[in-house]
Amino acid sequence: MEIKLTLNDKAITGHIEADTVLLDFLRAQGCYSVKRGCDTSNCGLCTVLLDGKPILSCSMLAARADGHSVQTLEGLQEEAAEFVGFLADQGADQCGFCNPGFVMNTIALLRENPDPTDGEIRAFLAGNLCRCSGYDGQLRGIRSYLNSRKG
Amino acid sequence: MITIQKYVRAKSLEEAYQLNQSKRNRIVGGMLWMRLGRGSVATAIDLCDLGLDTIEETEEQFSIGAMVSLRQLELHEGLNAYTGGAVKNAVKDIVGVQFRNMATVGGSIWGRFGFSDVLTVFLAMDAYVELYKGGVIPLEQFAARKKDTDILVRLIVKKTPGAFVYTALRNQRTDFPVIACAVSQLGGEYRAVIGARPAKAMVIRDEQGLLAQGITPDSAEAFAGFVAERTPTDSNVRASAAYRSHLIRVLTARATTELGGI
Repeated sequence: MEIKLTLNDKAITGHIEADTVLLDFLRAQGCYSVKRGCDTSNCGLCTVLLDGKPILSCSMLAARADGHSVQTLEGLQEEAAEFVGFLADQGADQCGFCNPGFVMNTIALLRENPDPTDGEIRAFLAGNLCRCSGYDGQLRGIRSYLNSRKG
Repeated sequence: MITIQKYVRAKSLEEAYQLNQSKRNRIVGGMLWMRLGRGSVATAIDLCDLGLDTIEETEEQFSIGAMVSLRQLELHEGLNAYTGGAVKNAVKDIVGVQFRNMATVGGSIWGRFGFSDVLTVFLAMDAYVELYKGGVIPLEQFAARKKDTDILVRLIVKKTPGAFVYTALRNQRTDFPVIACAVSQLGGEYRAVIGARPAKAMVIRDEQGLLAQGITPDSAEAFAGFVAERTPTDSNVRASAAYRSHLIRVLTARATTELGGI
């Protein structure tokens, strides 16, 4: 079947099977930031924005994205660049596999709540699993970024 | 994982209903749980174009479309004002924000899942489901039914004066609950709803009038004991039946005292 959607601000047309999930469609479009992790809707590695809202692309039919806007990290480099350096400075990444999903959900968090508390950060990012670092580095990185914005 | 041979966005509830009469076809909600199943679906029926993704609030009720996401429930000010935050508390630890942006009220209620926070919290309310063919029936009655080929159109929550408290215990923040517990006072009736037993949530009313003279630490304990005795539990990988029964007593007592403002 054919779908038409906006991917990273570009209108595209794709041909998919009825059960193609969005993750596979996006990777076929060259969006390799979108990772397959648990494949059971639990880890957040496959996070993309659908009409601006974070969703799990491993569990969404690509057909359902027809007519909608999808953004991956490839299309949000500038917005991500504002804070990813702060994550790196805190040693938040080790293997880095969780990073794209983590960054995508952080973008969604900061759009919805530009000045979150530590509790709000933890709650919003609870669906992003990292098996290397234990989350404190990510929290410190985001806090450091938010503090920097306040001058 | 399931396989799907054909995907259809229904243009009307009637079209969705007709397609859903075949056992080989299935309606997709958030598709988060369904996708983990096995087998083949001939036609996946998507209700996403039917305008069922809104929460309409009037002076009498909330009308919650079947395709409303759990995240919408979490963020809806009117619903959380009426329930004292109970709805938000029920869904806030369901995996993550991304998951809750996809999981639907219709899928959660229709599934009548044993682990469901959503079914548990709404059973504590004056709640109904609207079925396409079956009309409006109490949620409690719907929860007791077996699945059929009707379509859940919306969940209706009447604004009956009342108070609600929701609490649950999880082994890990985003896991299924070990026990889910909602306690409410609705028009003078007290009830507790226990979910994740690990079977489907069940409603226990204060038939003995243990709270009739008001909520005190002693009456809350008595009610909690009554609820624990009346609620069958079982064991699974998350907890034993004995531990669940203990938790029911503890969580019901806590929720009841909170309900009483103690």
